[in-house]
Amino acid sequence: MRRFLSLGLLCLLLLSITVTSQAQTSSTANADAAALELLEALNVKSYSAKGDAITAILQSDDERARDWLQALLDGRLQSTDDGRIVLVLDNSGREWPVADVLTGEALGQMSRRDLDRIGINNALRNQLRSAIAVVDLYSPNIERRRHSAERLLGEVDETLAEPLSELIAGEQDSQVVRRLSQALAIYQVESGELAGVEALRGSLHPRARVALSRAVNGDDPIVADAAASALGSIEQNLKINRGLETLYFGLSLGSVLVLAAIGLAITFGVMGVINMAHGELMMLGAYTTWGMQQLLPGQPGLALILAIPAGFMVAALAGIAIERGVIQFLKGRPLETLLATFGISLILQQLVRTVISPLNRTVITPEWMSGSLVINDALSLTLNRMVVLGFALVVFAALMLIMRRTRLGLDVRAVTQNRAMARSMGIRATRVDIMTFALGSGVAGLAGVALSQLTNVGPNLGQNYIIDSFMVVVFGGVGNLWGTLVAGLSLGIINQVLEPWAGAVLAKIIVLVFIILFIQKRPRGLFPQKGRAAEG
Amino acid sequence: MSLTTESSTNFWLTRPFSERSTQIFLGVLVAALALVTLLHVAIPPENPLHIGAYTVNLFGKYLSYALLAVAVDLVWGYLGILSLGHGAFFAIGGYAMGMYLMRQIGDRGTYGHPVLPDFMVFLNWDSLPWFWQGFDMAWFAFAMVLLAPGLLALVFGFLAFRSRVTGVYLSIITQALTFALMLAFFRNEMGFGGNNGLTDFRELLGYNLRNNDTRLGLFIATGVALALGYILCRAIVTSKLGRVSIATRDAEARTRFLGYRVERFQLFVFVVSAMLAGLAGALYVPQVGIINPSEFSPIFSIEIVLWVALGGRATLYGAVIGAILVNYAKTFFTGVMPDAWLFALGAMFVLVTVFLPKGVAGLFRHIKRRKRDDNSAKPTAPKEASA
Amino acid sequence: MSLLQSLTQRDRVFDFMAPQDSPVDVRHGPILYMEDVTVSFDGFKAINNLNLTIDDGELRCIIGPNGAGKTTMMDIITGKTRPNSGSVWFGSRHNLLNMNEPDIASLGIGRKFQKPTVFEVLSVFENLELAMSADKRIFPTLTARMTGEIKDRIDEVLETIGLTALRHQPAGILSHGQKQWLEIGMLLMQRPRLLLVDEPVAGMTEQEMERTAELLTGLAGKQSVVVVEHDMGFVRSIARQVTVLHQGSVLAEGTMDQVSSDPKVIEVYLGADDDEAA
Repeated sequence: MRRFLSLGLLCLLLLSITVTSQAQTSSTANADAAALELLEALNVKSYSAKGDAITAILQSDDERARDWLQALLDGRLQSTDDGRIVLVLDNSGREWPVADVLTGEALGQMSRRDLDRIGINNALRNQLRSAIAVVDLYSPNIERRRHSAERLLGEVDETLAEPLSELIAGEQDSQVVRRLSQALAIYQVESGELAGVEALRGSLHPRARVALSRAVNGDDPIVADAAASALGSIEQNLKINRGLETLYFGLSLGSVLVLAAIGLAITFGVMGVINMAHGELMMLGAYTTWGMQQLLPGQPGLALILAIPAGFMVAALAGIAIERGVIQFLKGRPLETLLATFGISLILQQLVRTVISPLNRTVITPEWMSGSLVINDALSLTLNRMVVLGFALVVFAALMLIMRRTRLGLDVRAVTQNRAMARSMGIRATRVDIMTFALGSGVAGLAGVALSQLTNVGPNLGQNYIIDSFMVVVFGGVGNLWGTLVAGLSLGIINQVLEPWAGAVLAKIIVLVFIILFIQKRPRGLFPQKGRAAEG
Repeated sequence: MSLTTESSTNFWLTRPFSERSTQIFLGVLVAALALVTLLHVAIPPENPLHIGAYTVNLFGKYLSYALLAVAVDLVWGYLGILSLGHGAFFAIGGYAMGMYLMRQIGDRGTYGHPVLPDFMVFLNWDSLPWFWQGFDMAWFAFAMVLLAPGLLALVFGFLAFRSRVTGVYLSIITQALTFALMLAFFRNEMGFGGNNGLTDFRELLGYNLRNNDTRLGLFIATGVALALGYILCRAIVTSKLGRVSIATRDAEARTRFLGYRVERFQLFVFVVSAMLAGLAGALYVPQVGIINPSEFSPIFSIEIVLWVALGGRATLYGAVIGAILVNYAKTFFTGVMPDAWLFALGAMFVLVTVFLPKGVAGLFRHIKRRKRDDNSAKPTAPKEASA
Repeated sequence: MSLLQSLTQRDRVFDFMAPQDSPVDVRHGPILYMEDVTVSFDGFKAINNLNLTIDDGELRCIIGPNGAGKTTMMDIITGKTRPNSGSVWFGSRHNLLNMNEPDIASLGIGRKFQKPTVFEVLSVFENLELAMSADKRIFPTLTARMTGEIKDRIDEVLETIGLTALRHQPAGILSHGQKQWLEIGMLLMQRPRLLLVDEPVAGMTEQEMERTAELLTGLAGKQSVVVVEHDMGFVRSIARQVTVLHQGSVLAEGTMDQVSSDPKVIEVYLGADDDEAA
């Protein structure tokens, strides 16, 4: 209630601010003296006196008012022992840099013990937020106006309604206009106006829904009916958006699975070898990203981009070492290979634990990958997942090109289909094995680089994905890249669709059981190889 | 062994007793059991030769692992099925025993509920779930020790073998099976104590589990179970069915053309093996005093395979040697330098598969053969079926 | 002990559950009858409207260039491959298309593969023991005993294939030719009505080939034998009836002389591909 009152007070001032803000060229000395008085009025015990002081500051038309209020809200407006009020620029650590509150001139550092914060309570905090919001609506900065308009949703009262309409008329930015109109419409719905209900139709903002569902229970049957119908269409719309969100998360999870599994699919398809250390190769890729960021402090983006070739190389070299060191001695014994590579995975994990740390490492997400793409009020897509999804598709396309268009790809396909025949046609199967293993391992490294942006980088990173990757390969069919893509994406989506009603763990169990049953029906996966070559 | 094939007109279950290797194995086992018992009971604790209750308990644990390894060797060594999920059968057998032991606690739990185990009271459950019924009766619980893993193996194996899922595919889905079960058992809603599993056991068949005599009894019982399990497996592998298994392992399609329903033989051996694994788990649980979902972890199941590989596939006694050796090494390493254990384990996997494909038992036989210079000895090392 | 034995053998009681072991009905002549059989792999017709009849006790040779569909035909008869259309009858009672591999095998169709696959770690004797026609269900197999009668039968076959001296050796150490004979021996242990023999003399020495020819001709009459072979000399030495396959269907049928003078055969096979005809 108090908030509404003070907001109302503020609104009276809004017009005067606009009128006077251009004309404010009077002597700064005078203004500073007045301002100082206003600020010192804040330095009192009583919260209600503080509230009055805040109102006074707003009324002062001073263009620095917003900064002061913001500083007060952040607790950076502080008083020194001798009663002077200063602006703290950064309140972390022991010594704080301070600045003059009026001129913004730096005053050097002060010990935090010598400073006293001007305290505020929750009511004041709300008052400040609303005040800043309204002040911001007049800011020349578009971002600030958008932000402030957003905050007004559901906070409008009768005194604010009228100036709001004028603001809407004068506003250039369509987003601000839309938000302000919604804010106004919510006020109208709350005060029982039919026009507001119609204006809110299709709005996905939770505040709009709250207002409409209140209106459904209102006294006026016409408004209530309209509100009910508007609410219905909103719910419908929300359902679609929720579906799209699930799809997005599913695709995102699927893209991770595809990245993790596709290298495995290549080595398994060509050499019939299950590489249990595949997950640890991913882990190496993720740690390469971390290492790159340690080498290039302050440039996480560059480090991440450099980590792509570096992660590929590190994992590929490790893969070659595994192939030359162990797997080549186990030709034609796939089960033994599985055991030996499992041993290697244990060694790699323990190596990371001993050399680096058993704890997770933080990999920084560069700025261009953080945040999200806002589609509408109910749907926003996180950028890091989108980048990983795109990355997975690029890697897939690149592998497809390698397999279809290069000599290596041709050799690989020949060896996959009939090793003995390929050998007798002059293909050096051993070399193909090494190259394939390097390629598959390198792709695991790439998967690790991508994963470092989505999950914790730790010694267990690989383990968490290895069984899922196997499932993708088995589900998709061996030696078929398309199969891996389809299987990975669909398993990701199935998992996300199941999660809301089954819970994460149960969803995973259901997927595992589904694959165990699926493999009974189609032992060679979704896209099996046919004909004589597939048997044996 | 060809000679025994022709002359063994005797009853299949008694056939192993005429085998030299079984006679030696049983002799060594009985001697070891007697020696440990003697050193534990007859030697006073001050004497350095005395074996303490803790050590007896540890040996009992090794023996239950040995029985588990024998079960895995039966399917891997003789049937060519590399199960990466045998830990699941072991754990289910263990849970069946654990449920019995939980019910034996009665009203002596922390919450003092006459029927419900502590964790159910903690979860605010007001009655026993249906699958906990009957576990207060020893005979029922002991039957479940065999039947529950057997049933799981029957259903899973029926589906898998019917559609001819073999080789690495089968390995992967057995791994998925145990992984799925682990996730399931971690859930509190499953009714098996979630994360913490079942623990705080008090007595088995009226004997106090914290009593040293009970521990010795469990140790001996495990030894006897190992002997019986070994004889059963030996009887199976020396029967014609055993030869069909080996034939299946080495040339599945060929065996099918001989008119054997390969999938049924695979299923039979798989189920027997799962039941033995369940028995091993049931003997393991009262000796370690806890059963929790970590026994379902895929890593444990792969470790079992390593025991068998290290000891020597397709010998059965090799599995016993491997299980004891690796677990002794584990006890040693985790006590002295815990960080090195995973390195050692990883290295063992690599070295055994690359340099010692026939395991320790293979070394034995190599030495024996050189000594006797017997050129009629038959190579029994399995030929890897191509995937 | 005897009580235990009788308990473990109780599964014999359940004989009524076993599949009805009806004898093969050959009163109407042919033992094998294939009509209009077609198989395609991804659009390629490996077998195209094949019609083939084998009489009881006959020794038939089947020849044809590579890719003529010989192996696929064997696969169909033994149940490994299902045709897209057509019918395959064993005698006049058994529709092979409704049966699986073990059923077909136990009905009395034995097959010897191109590449000899014997169980290498098992002894020659054990290989024959496994092949023997017997109750091949699980419990009978588990409790099976080695009786004098069985031993005699195995010894008899060992004699026929000439491997008596090597009976206790693991099959893995046998020479290529010896493995082929062991394979044939394993087929004989099954007491088959119809023997399918795929390239029995590939890679054999002259002597081994002669021995094999003797073996196969000795079998005919007691069993029906179908031999698929590339080696024309060998076919000439054993064949009474020859069928020529080409592109999945029968090109010609008759005695070796009739066939080899057939202009169609000469064109597609004998003439066009001299080295194969050698």
